[in-house]
Amino acid sequence: MTIFKGKVWKFGDNINTDLMMPGSQFLQPGISEKEAARHCMSANRPGWAEQVEEGDIVIAGHNWGCGSSRPAARMFKALGIGIIVADSMSRLFFRNAVNIGFPVLICPGCSEAFNEGDQANVNMETGEVENLTTNIALQGEALPSDSPPAQIFRAGGLKKLFQKELAEKKV
Amino acid sequence: MGMTMAEKVLAEHSGKKEVNAGQYVWAHIDGTALLGGSHRRLEEYGVEKLFNPDRVYAVEDHLAPPPTVGAANTMVEMRRAVKKFGIKNFFEYGRHGILHEIFPQYGYVSPGDLIVSVDSHTTSYGCFNAASCPINEEAAYVLAKGRLWFRVPPSIKFVLTGEYPGPEKFVVGKDIILRIAAEYGTEVGLYKSVEFEGPVVHQMSIDSRFTIANMGVEIGAKFAIFPCDDKTLKYLEGKMKRPPRPVSADPDAVYETVYHLNVTDMPPYIARPHDPSNGVPVTKVEAEKIKVDQAFIGSCTNGRMEDFRMAAKILKGRKVHPDVRLIVSPASQLIWQDCLKEGLWDIFAEAEALITHSTCGPCFGGHLGLLGDGEVSISSTNRNFQGRQGSPKAFVYLANPATVAASAIEGYITDPREFL
Repeated sequence: MTIFKGKVWKFGDNINTDLMMPGSQFLQPGISEKEAARHCMSANRPGWAEQVEEGDIVIAGHNWGCGSSRPAARMFKALGIGIIVADSMSRLFFRNAVNIGFPVLICPGCSEAFNEGDQANVNMETGEVENLTTNIALQGEALPSDSPPAQIFRAGGLKKLFQKELAEKKV
Repeated sequence: MGMTMAEKVLAEHSGKKEVNAGQYVWAHIDGTALLGGSHRRLEEYGVEKLFNPDRVYAVEDHLAPPPTVGAANTMVEMRRAVKKFGIKNFFEYGRHGILHEIFPQYGYVSPGDLIVSVDSHTTSYGCFNAASCPINEEAAYVLAKGRLWFRVPPSIKFVLTGEYPGPEKFVVGKDIILRIAAEYGTEVGLYKSVEFEGPVVHQMSIDSRFTIANMGVEIGAKFAIFPCDDKTLKYLEGKMKRPPRPVSADPDAVYETVYHLNVTDMPPYIARPHDPSNGVPVTKVEAEKIKVDQAFIGSCTNGRMEDFRMAAKILKGRKVHPDVRLIVSPASQLIWQDCLKEGLWDIFAEAEALITHSTCGPCFGGHLGLLGDGEVSISSTNRNFQGRQGSPKAFVYLANPATVAASAIEGYITDPREFL
């Protein structure tokens, strides 16, 4: 799926992965991703995780996902977030998301164009971002369709691609 | 057209004569790590064989040794995986260290290398003229195939000029990177290869270059690369498992931006909570008499000989303030031994510091010294995000080890140069 429509949650600049996946939580081996996701943003926005509904969209400012390489995209997947769109994004977060087939899009100017609670429509393939509440349209940076990250995302993530390559080798 | 350092490394590792910024390539990797816990990904992916077990270095550094049964069971699994996949380079506790110190200490990085590994501070090996960057979700793929895709990053350059104060004046690499993050922001290097050049680079010790490359990730850098010079080769001499292939940018290489930073008479810097880019000269905060509860010297960022020698100079014959606890943790077992041989542990112990073994623990709130509500820490680590070292109601200031030592003695954030 590459088109997402949903209610917007707004976050600011420099939202780091320590906030998304607090160290004291994610380092408890055996904790399920759904359990760990309950602590997402608990330091800066306590209670947010409980309010998220399936298909909601995150719109953020600059440098989303900066900091540690911990696999924070899994938290948003577990919460049911449809896609994350940000003015700019840590390349680590970007890659981690693409590699698990979790939708992300870089769209400079998006955080200016949305308020929390607006309805957004995002096409990850074309990069088109629309604020359905205010009728503002923006152009994000879609991945070139023949690029490795686009191929990985289309395959459903790196694990699926790897297993496909493994199966093809055995045949 | 001339190529930058990153372009040269990616071209060489992807079998191409030339690459340009923005181009996608598949490149072979010189080495990677199996860090505690990442063995689970191998099972998840169904990996049966590693691309080359001799190029995989296994260590657990984040919770060394395990503080919970869960963490201990992770290690039981990891040891099993190490044997199953034939990894000989396994650094069991007692011969262990923080991953980023293990790599150079055991010669697993050579100038010209392309290295990817779990843990964001993998940018560290850039100080040895390698292109190295962090990954996470792709670890199993890299372990199995020994290759990865890259989008060739554009390059920027920081030219460091002027008179480098150095450890004798208690101003080192840590202060330079805190100043860069403060003056240029944490996005200045976002998805770029950041090169460091200028006479000051060559005056800096490898330890100081390491700190800067280490915190390269804090300014968004994909790679943070230093030139290879005599100091680089001397440091790695007798250790390198593979011959060096030093890489330098062509004279007509294209940089998006070139920044100049003059470090003459630079003061030590501290970064206020809750962001590494919240840096200010320590002179600006002294008047505030910011009381500290905990002081920490260690981590992959500043847990090396230059760091402990600087701190020991200040702590010698003095005591940590009665209301402060100073925790000291070297980046590896070998460094622990060197500190012992040099008599540094005597100095720290006499000063009433708590000396521990090598672990990442205190840096990220794993174990060995979390912070409680309202507590203030001054720390030689790399990040001070809210909640990182324990309670979300605690406050972490980043600083160089001399500033940490001075502050531990006075009980509040202090300019270490007062101890000159």
